Amino acid sequence: MAETSVAGYAAGDIRSPVLKGLGRALAPWALPIVLLIAWEIAARTGLVTARLMPAPTTIAAAFWRSLLDGSLLFHTLASTQRALIGLVIGGGLGFVAGVVNGLWKPAETLFDSTLQMVRNIPPLALIPLVILWFGIDETAKIFLVSIGVFFPIYINTFYGVRTIDPQLVEMASVYGLDRKALIQRIILPGALPSILVGLRYALGFMWLTLIVAETISATNGIGYMTMNAREFLQTDVVLLGIIVYALLGKLADVATRAIEKRVLLWHPAYQVKQGDRQ
Amino acid sequence: MSAADLHEPESAGGLPIALTRVEKSFGRLSVLGNLNLEIPAGQFLAVVGRSGGGKSTLMRLVAGLDTASSGGVSIGGRKVERLHPAVRLLFQEARLVPWQRVGENVGIARGVDWQARARRVLADVGLEGRENDWPTVLSGGQRQRVALARALVSAPQILLLDEPFGALDALTRIEMHRLLEQIWSDRGFTTVLITHDVAEAVALADRVIVLKEGGIALDIDIDLERPRQELADPRAVDLQRQILEAV
Ligand SMILES: Nc1ncnc2c1ncn2[C@@H]1O[C@H](COP(=O)(O)OP(=O)(O)OP(=O)(O)O)[C@@H](O)[C@H]1O
Ligand SMILES: [Mg+2]
Repeated sequence: MAETSVAGYAAGDIRSPVLKGLGRALAPWALPIVLLIAWEIAARTGLVTARLMPAPTTIAAAFWRSLLDGSLLFHTLASTQRALIGLVIGGGLGFVAGVVNGLWKPAETLFDSTLQMVRNIPPLALIPLVILWFGIDETAKIFLVSIGVFFPIYINTFYGVRTIDPQLVEMASVYGLDRKALIQRIILPGALPSILVGLRYALGFMWLTLIVAETISATNGIGYMTMNAREFLQTDVVLLGIIVYALLGKLADVATRAIEKRVLLWHPAYQVKQGDRQ
Repeated sequence: MSAADLHEPESAGGLPIALTRVEKSFGRLSVLGNLNLEIPAGQFLAVVGRSGGGKSTLMRLVAGLDTASSGGVSIGGRKVERLHPAVRLLFQEARLVPWQRVGENVGIARGVDWQARARRVLADVGLEGRENDWPTVLSGGQRQRVALARALVSAPQILLLDEPFGALDALTRIEMHRLLEQIWSDRGFTTVLITHDVAEAVALADRVIVLKEGGIALDIDIDLERPRQELADPRAVDLQRQILEAV
């Protein structure tokens, strides 16, 4: 990569490296910006029905209004709180189950095939049952989110623990590591890349289950906000809700990437080489 | 419970190893049959033999990683029943923990003052100041040096080496020979080196045995003065020929 840019420079490219860097940083945004402008024009000229597809500026206005009256923050916080509680419960259980079943054969024999069976039920198929059990209060939504995040974390933790290099484990026992040290220093760190893959999937499932759960029964949260807006035909608010979901999803992804970068420093794939850009 | 606490002195000397009527089979496959072998304390023994001849099996028995089908292995006069804390192993692969830095790998058993001890042995194996590197950035030879340092940090009385230099290039291998020979003569641990390389065996060992069809086909002392020149010496060449004939 360095070579091509040097070659380009030698071939008479006189733009400064700063401008070039700026150009490269802005390039990924070019298409979305063009699309936004086209959309705005189409909405204003009546090419698309503004009631079904309001212009970006209308959505921006809806954003501004909901920001000022505090409703956006209120609903976003409500959703985020549910998501995080569900993640901690479901993810925590998935992690523990993955470690225990991965390390201890009897536990695997006892639980794994059952879990694999349950895994094939889409969490959303449980909604009617969950409403019967918990009604439509918080518990129902947190329960669904927990189930949604449990399996990706469980499966990837189990896999990570199981695929630890047996030669390393043997080495560790030759060098006198007891079981606790073995788990702490060899097995869990070794399983970590896989666990983080599980976390990435789990975050995806987390928002997905939450959206659906909130659209069905809630009195707050982004899902409620959009469903409520639909009843009043506020398409701009519906779109705003969708955008907020997208942003929250992106934020979760950025957070896990940052964690990966920090904790997988040792991994050749994460060692930042000189001159590499992310 | 860490071995490092038990063996703090840096030159703990060696322990004798004795195998009496050792047999080992895997299912129907008999790998070692009625093997008797006495290794005096501090001796440098090399074991050569064909691939699949049971060399690694022998080593795993001595290390206590496996148990004999019959007969027994004893270290320092005591029967080996489990991993002996004074025994350290070097494998063909370095087996470094990739997510621990070089210093942490060397001090894997932790114990008192492990960081300082790790730094000291790293300097002994020629890797001074590399304790904060990740294993992935090291060369093959450097990785084996780290593995050697990891074995040495707890001042073992027996060092078992299962072809640790097999994957290295010729020059690096000779460097590692010098290093091993020097550390061994400083510290005096009993050493068992498994190797395919007859020249390596003659260059390093006090004694070479050839393992063949589950028994000892040749047991020969190498009475060459140290430090040894790897090539040239006609006596060494003659010994190599004798061993090769027995393999
Ligand atoms: N755990 C095991 N189960 C079954 N067979 C085994 C096991 N370990 C070793 N063997 C068999 O025992 C024989 C000797 O193996 P060993 O690893 O000791 O040979 P080796 O002399 O070290 O060979 P190499 O020089 O190739 O390393 C081989 O035939 C091997 O297949
Ligand atoms: Mg072998």
